[in-house]
Amino acid sequence: MTDERKVSTATNPDIDAAGFTPDAPVTSVRQAAPGLPEGKREGFSVVGKALPKPDAFAKVTGTANFADDIVLPRMLFGKLLRSRHAHALVKSVDCSRALKMPGVVAVMTGADLPVKYGILPSSPDEDVLAIDKVRYVGDPVAAVVADDELTAEEALELIDVEYEALPPVMNIETALRDDLPKLHENPRRTNNVHKEVHLEFGDMDAGFAAADRIFDDEFFFEGNTHAPMEQHSVVADFGPDKKLTIWASTQTPHYLHRIASQVLQMPASHVRVIAPPVGGGFGGKTEPFAHELVAAYLARKTGRPVKITLTREEVFFAHRGRHPVKMKLRTGVKSDGSITACHLQTWLDGGAYGSYGVATTYYTGALTTVTYKIPAYKFDGVRVFTNKPPCGPKRGHGTTQPRFAFECHLDKIADALGFDAADYRKKIAVDPNSTTVNGLRVTSCGLRECLDAASTRTGYSAKRGKMARGKGIGIAASSYLCGAGLAIYWNPMPHSGAIVKVDRGGGVTVFCGSSECGQGSESMLAAIVAETLGVDIMDVRVCAGDTDLTPVDLGSYSSRVTFMAGNAAREAAGRVRKQLTEVASEHLGVPETRIGFARRRIFDVENRATEMTFLEAAQMAEARFGTLAAPGSYTPPSLAGDFKGSGVGPSPAYSYSVCVAEVDVDLDTGEVKIEKITLAHDVGRAINPDSVEGQIEGGVYMGIGEAVMEESAFRGIEHKIPNLLDYKTLTILDMPPVESIIIETDDREGPFGAKEAGQGPLNPVIPAIANAVADAIKARVYSTPITADKVLRALDASSGGVLRLRKAPARA
Amino acid sequence: MSIAPAKILARLHINGADVECAFNPNKTLLEVLREDVNLTGTKHGCEMGHCGACTVIVDGDAVLSCLALAVETIGHDVRTVEGLAEGGELHPVQRAFAATGGAQCGYCTPGFIMSAVALLERNPRASRAETMQALSGNLCRCTGYTKIIEAVESAAADMQSGA
Repeated sequence: MTDERKVSTATNPDIDAAGFTPDAPVTSVRQAAPGLPEGKREGFSVVGKALPKPDAFAKVTGTANFADDIVLPRMLFGKLLRSRHAHALVKSVDCSRALKMPGVVAVMTGADLPVKYGILPSSPDEDVLAIDKVRYVGDPVAAVVADDELTAEEALELIDVEYEALPPVMNIETALRDDLPKLHENPRRTNNVHKEVHLEFGDMDAGFAAADRIFDDEFFFEGNTHAPMEQHSVVADFGPDKKLTIWASTQTPHYLHRIASQVLQMPASHVRVIAPPVGGGFGGKTEPFAHELVAAYLARKTGRPVKITLTREEVFFAHRGRHPVKMKLRTGVKSDGSITACHLQTWLDGGAYGSYGVATTYYTGALTTVTYKIPAYKFDGVRVFTNKPPCGPKRGHGTTQPRFAFECHLDKIADALGFDAADYRKKIAVDPNSTTVNGLRVTSCGLRECLDAASTRTGYSAKRGKMARGKGIGIAASSYLCGAGLAIYWNPMPHSGAIVKVDRGGGVTVFCGSSECGQGSESMLAAIVAETLGVDIMDVRVCAGDTDLTPVDLGSYSSRVTFMAGNAAREAAGRVRKQLTEVASEHLGVPETRIGFARRRIFDVENRATEMTFLEAAQMAEARFGTLAAPGSYTPPSLAGDFKGSGVGPSPAYSYSVCVAEVDVDLDTGEVKIEKITLAHDVGRAINPDSVEGQIEGGVYMGIGEAVMEESAFRGIEHKIPNLLDYKTLTILDMPPVESIIIETDDREGPFGAKEAGQGPLNPVIPAIANAVADAIKARVYSTPITADKVLRALDASSGGVLRLRKAPARA
Repeated sequence: MSIAPAKILARLHINGADVECAFNPNKTLLEVLREDVNLTGTKHGCEMGHCGACTVIVDGDAVLSCLALAVETIGHDVRTVEGLAEGGELHPVQRAFAATGGAQCGYCTPGFIMSAVALLERNPRASRAETMQALSGNLCRCTGYTKIIEAVESAAADMQSGA
């Protein structure tokens, strides 16, 4: 496949001329990939071009309607009463005083809708509103709808709930104990373990026996949260036709559709879910939430539209964020550095409910093998329930934590064996078109090219270990899915569908169930359809995320949309193109094989003067074939193995990323300043290089936050910092310069060769920073976030060696 | 029926026009804009002054509309993101945000644009440091800010050259 690979690692001579210096507070250096052969590159008129996103115009003028912007006549406003107990039996809930309050229209308790649900069919453990038990501070217990929000909020004070407090279970160690109450009844267990996974591939004994050195390490990754700028919001309307419509800020309208229909016990054909533009998700809006089901129920009950918008504090309670994970690694290596065996153990603090946690548990082990050759691999994962807001999928879903651990571990191995850490990674990198020991199919793989580009560009090898104390450079690599190989629920149907329609005015509409959450799914769909039909990207209207109007797309999670919805849209547009080709061929008297599409023209590729307009061809085709429209679908190849759990990990393709971080650590205060991040990402092909850069920069930003400041901190049973001031994220002043390097490997199954960019680039950032800090202070911090206090502690201990922080230091 | 204090009738000056509206006097400017004047372009992200999503311009200053009472703005000039485009033409800052990819999910975008417009109207030759300072009260979770800086600097250049 090497000859098919187009790799761009050329540096741009304009970069230095443009005055880029590390002191520049924020800058983006564009090293877009010219990598495709000229001929093929010329062949594209939309793909590969940094065009403005069609949906940007509504967003810059304030006309994009997010869920909370929707106002319907006679609309009511709902509020949820949330538990102040972390763990308690609910003895009674009495809403009668609230119902009497002027302005209150209806109330609701758990008994009104006693149907358990959960995003994964394997763990339906959530009540719409608590029935017998609350499991975290913030667990919803009752709801009120009123004429206005203030009245609804005040009415919550009049709801009387009788609780019987239970001992709270607040961390992994406690959850493993046998003598505490269980959050969820499970006759098979005596403790609060939710899920255990034990997988073994290859010959572990032989692997460790063949090793010259064995390395052991232990790491802890602190939990953190998505904190999308948009607070979750829902509007529900139950019409006189007894049909329910739900507008929700959701990344997964299809899953909300399914579960709303199940919980409300209505035929799915009478439930419509619409996902307006989502104001940021990052995985935090990928499952149904209590407030959505409550709004739907109360809209049905009152016959009036109901809106519920969460407060920022409630967004922290809704959570589904990054799991805190404790990790142990044992790796055997030969003296030449090759890995002979690897054993990874993970313990995930899942919070109060299942959420995606079963998948998360598998994901902490599934992708370890996709970056480096590991001939024998053992994975043990345990997820526990604790009395905290439920954890779920956040950008990098379950792979971010072990990637931090593994890349730090690998740097220690490289150091111990005397290897350059960049060269070492290249030496053991997986090959394109190979299969991992746990059965994952790797196709296109630009890992070595990413390593080359990022290390060369930064002068990594010349700097590492050779700079003044306090200055450090670190490298790390990673890989991510381009869509999960299996849906959340088992079914043999496509993962994504699209319909392309051409009207007789020459306008093109693509209908697709995908949800635009800022990642650029709508502009990606428009670009793919515009490229296929040779029209301008602004000629394409995208109708997305509406379960009545659009074919199913499973949603904006697992970095699947470009690959899956993109392929579906490409197939749909390709079918319309075929009809247009047929009429154009006849009309122009040119064989079909010579018909080309570009610039709203259909022409003879060998003699461009022989042409007709797209509009003429569209009208002729409609006259010939009838309404000009076609569906397209995408189903990933069947890649799962024959063992339990083999459904988590397979993907039609994997993206690869390498990050080099340069840091300056203040040895007196312990403060870590990130000076520059360089990130090379194998995206297969950039449909829109600006969008890919935007995803890289956003991933870098979020990775830096997780590396040095973001954490879900608790004081006793309570979330300590459920607001955007105290939950620290980077402001514009904290953001270092980012150099993005786009590597194109032209994936053979991706749409126009494209892979993902939404999640992958985050993963290597955290370990690259950790490795850079280790280089700077000659000691290592073993837990995230790498805050000043931990750096100082590591420095204090480093006079006599390396201090291991086995967990985050206890907080007051 | 509501427990809120009775509505008052007031004349606000929004986006160059007098707007008569009735609203509860305990409401913030953010709430009145969104709920009583139907200007939903101004967003909320925290309602505590932490995130900048609700930034509007009052008498030339960038103001967090979640921390201002609407009644305080009677007699003052309020501008929101809806008031920037003129005659169907985008304001240079809006144009630049669309062109550079400064808007991803777009939720923080109106706030950033208003902060940037307030800056550039006062200081058309703002340095990068001044630009960053002016935008440091606005949070964005998508972009990593790089394309936002790019957008504001490119808009500043356009405004200088009269483009």
